Amino acid sequence: MEIIMSVVIGFLFMAAVYLMLSKSLIRIIIGTGLLSHGAHLLLLTMGGLSGSAPPVVADGVSTADYADPLPQALILTAIVISFAVTSFFLVLAYRAYQEIGTDNMNLMRGTEDYE
Amino acid sequence: MSLVFLIFLPIIAALFVPLLFKKIGQIHTGWFVLVVPVILFIYYASLLPVTMDGGTRVSEFQWIPSLDLSFIAYLDGLSLLFSLLITGIGSLVVLYSVFYLDKKREQLHNFYVYLLMFMTAMLGIVQSDHLITLYLFWELTSISSFLLIGYWYTRDRSRFGALKSMMITVFGGLMMLGGFVLLSIMGNTYSIRELISQAPEFISHDFFTWALVLILLGAFTKSAQFPFYIWLPDAMEAPTPVSAYLHSATMVKAGLYLVARFTPIFAASGTWIWLVTGVGLFTMFWGSFFALKQKDLKGILAFSTVSQLGLIMSLLGASALGFHVEDAAGTVFKYAAFAAIFHLVNHAVFKGSLFMVAGIVDHETGTRDIRKLGGLMSLMPISFTIAMIGSFSMAGIPLFGGFLSKEMFLTAMLAIAEFDLFSMDVWGVLFPVLAWIGSVFTFVYSFYFVFHTFAGKHKPEELPKQAHEAPIGMLVSPAILAVLVIAIFFIPNVVGDWIVKPAVLAIQPFLYSSPAEIDIHVSAWHGANTEFFMTLGIFAIGGLLFWSFRKWKQAYEVFPDNVSLNRLYDSFMYLSDGGANRFSAVYMTGFIRSYLVYMFGFLVLIVLSTLVITDAFVLDLTNNAPIGVYEIIILIALIGSTITILAAKSRLTAIIALGAVGYSVALFFVIFRAPDLALTQLVIETISVALFLLAFYHLPKVSKKEERIRFKLGNAVIALGVGVTMTMVALASHSQKILPSISEYYKETVYTEAGGGNIVNVILVDYRGFDTLFEITVLGIAGIGIITMIKLRLSKKEGQHENK
Repeated sequence: MEIIMSVVIGFLFMAAVYLMLSKSLIRIIIGTGLLSHGAHLLLLTMGGLSGSAPPVVADGVSTADYADPLPQALILTAIVISFAVTSFFLVLAYRAYQEIGTDNMNLMRGTEDYE
Repeated sequence: MSLVFLIFLPIIAALFVPLLFKKIGQIHTGWFVLVVPVILFIYYASLLPVTMDGGTRVSEFQWIPSLDLSFIAYLDGLSLLFSLLITGIGSLVVLYSVFYLDKKREQLHNFYVYLLMFMTAMLGIVQSDHLITLYLFWELTSISSFLLIGYWYTRDRSRFGALKSMMITVFGGLMMLGGFVLLSIMGNTYSIRELISQAPEFISHDFFTWALVLILLGAFTKSAQFPFYIWLPDAMEAPTPVSAYLHSATMVKAGLYLVARFTPIFAASGTWIWLVTGVGLFTMFWGSFFALKQKDLKGILAFSTVSQLGLIMSLLGASALGFHVEDAAGTVFKYAAFAAIFHLVNHAVFKGSLFMVAGIVDHETGTRDIRKLGGLMSLMPISFTIAMIGSFSMAGIPLFGGFLSKEMFLTAMLAIAEFDLFSMDVWGVLFPVLAWIGSVFTFVYSFYFVFHTFAGKHKPEELPKQAHEAPIGMLVSPAILAVLVIAIFFIPNVVGDWIVKPAVLAIQPFLYSSPAEIDIHVSAWHGANTEFFMTLGIFAIGGLLFWSFRKWKQAYEVFPDNVSLNRLYDSFMYLSDGGANRFSAVYMTGFIRSYLVYMFGFLVLIVLSTLVITDAFVLDLTNNAPIGVYEIIILIALIGSTITILAAKSRLTAIIALGAVGYSVALFFVIFRAPDLALTQLVIETISVALFLLAFYHLPKVSKKEERIRFKLGNAVIALGVGVTMTMVALASHSQKILPSISEYYKETVYTEAGGGNIVNVILVDYRGFDTLFEITVLGIAGIGIITMIKLRLSKKEGQHENK
């Protein structure tokens, strides 16, 4: 299973990078969303997918059966942080639309020489 | 007072100069400044008896003891000679500048502050025994020289000359620092005295040649040797007292001092002898040849300085040969070091006076262009006399000091040709030949300088001012120097015993144990030997060339102006500036895509090459979880929606598909037994999609035209690379787990220690609660940031103010 997951994660990264290289601002943010999904799945996969019970203490379940709780805690933190950053970016993009009037990254260059 | 503090006397005096200039404006500030070098000169002169007996004085001031850094003033014959030159000629130059610079029109406080800074720096160079403080003072001379050359900073030429000299001398200074560091590593000490005592061990060290070449680069750039001499003619934009002081008598001799000081360390090497002698002689020839091409009085003197510095440099190189000869004290090689120091003194004296005369001519006629000058002999008789004395000494004519050093120079060069080590016997013949040709041209330009200025026809209509003799005060300094020029001829052995021999002892410490052992007796008549006939030849050919100068001076037009070292320097500066601009213009595109491409490209390159080079890729399938049906179904959904995002024409579709990806991930979390993650992922994906829709709704109308993401091969290759890299890293790291997880501890103690059942939650709030605290902070900051972005509209408020 981990092998397949690794390949899928690679695919997610590939799609994310491809989107981030495009010129539309919203597609770039979609790319970052895909990238964080890939990263979260990578964390989960690297922790091992072999546990047979959720990491909640229950009768009749030995410690070896629980899924690894530590990656899950890390992913939970990462999800919240990436959500915060994504929402900030989105509002930033929304404000940029309002002020600049474009979502084309090629028109948003900082260097004056090229204008 | 301690020697080491005397070094700092001028720079401390400089602190009071602006005050004196502002408060006591009616008296020329130079008079106050004059006190400093005079006091120092008298003090240093009082130490002459010490060094005459081979004695030395050492004085130390600890600066950073933990790094073994201290100011050590070490005064032996060589240092004392230079200290006397610096303070003696310094006094005369200050006196001259009092009459040269107008107290009303000039910014004297700047001038004297820079000059005193320079004086401290030079004294520091020649007295430092510590390599690092020597370098410190070395750079201080570069800086103060830069300030002095750019003294009239409103002129373009001044700024150009200052910058050029700065670039070249600081380049050499940095190289020299490298050499010093290597040298201190070799000897495990910074003290030059201790390095000299260990010198014989260095020759086989790996760093030896590097240190040698780097230190020589420093010396050659400072002393204007080929091909670094190009800054010196441009430094002539400085006020004439500065040219006389820095660019003839002191700063340009700092490189000579360095070579002389390090001769005992490096003399064992053939590279040193070849480089120092060869470069010196070639510089002498080159400088003397091109001096005749100059039209500017100070230009002629600048090239002549270059040439004479080359002469002294070549003699210093030849003095290193003394270390390779049995019983060198009994052979002709002993002359080289003596001749070098003797000529160094001679040159400082006559070149100082010549610069001052050039300044007087400039001051009293308004021009330095030799084509407009002429016939000033009867108008300025005293200046003419001084100029003639200086020039004749430079040409090496009897009755003047220069004659004696020229004879010894020829002796030393003839001796080299017979030396049979380092293949000198093959190429050594070139040395006396080059020396002779250089001397001939020296003779010609010396006459050219004095007679084309003072003899011939007077052209009053071309001069900006009516020419007349200079005020007496301005003539005092050059007159003193001119008297010295003649005095040196008549009492050479006094100069030799008092000043030159103690300095020679410092250059060749292994040959002699005290100055008294050096049995060189200078006499004006030394028999009808080869040198004598060479000198006769110089006079004859030189006289002939000077007489026919107008006929052959077209020969200089043969050399095209655009092929020159200056042009090379200019184009190098232009290329490094413009090239750097063009280079950054190429890669700093301003497109965020370019920068992402660089980052991803290097990520792929570095990670993949590390995997390959360290042979880190391993695939191990033993610990894998089984593959289930549900997983496959969700995987298909995930991949399908990702492809939809990529292929979507409408951005709305892409947003919905991203939501589908998020929900598939949540389902994964369900399947892989992570209930908390699944809950959070579902909620957050919902909110995120809502936000995406908000952003989509507000898209500007102009770009609402939907278009499919255009396929670009470059982007696809980069993206594929990143994907493959991540997969390989994931597979490799998963296959090589070395240690068991620490999660066993959490699983076992979650109830007994923390009193909870949900292990993930207990980790978040108990075991690793700090992560959670700051993740809450991140969320809070994002919220505040969003509110600020929406509420705060400063640009509009400003616009309203403008409208009011």
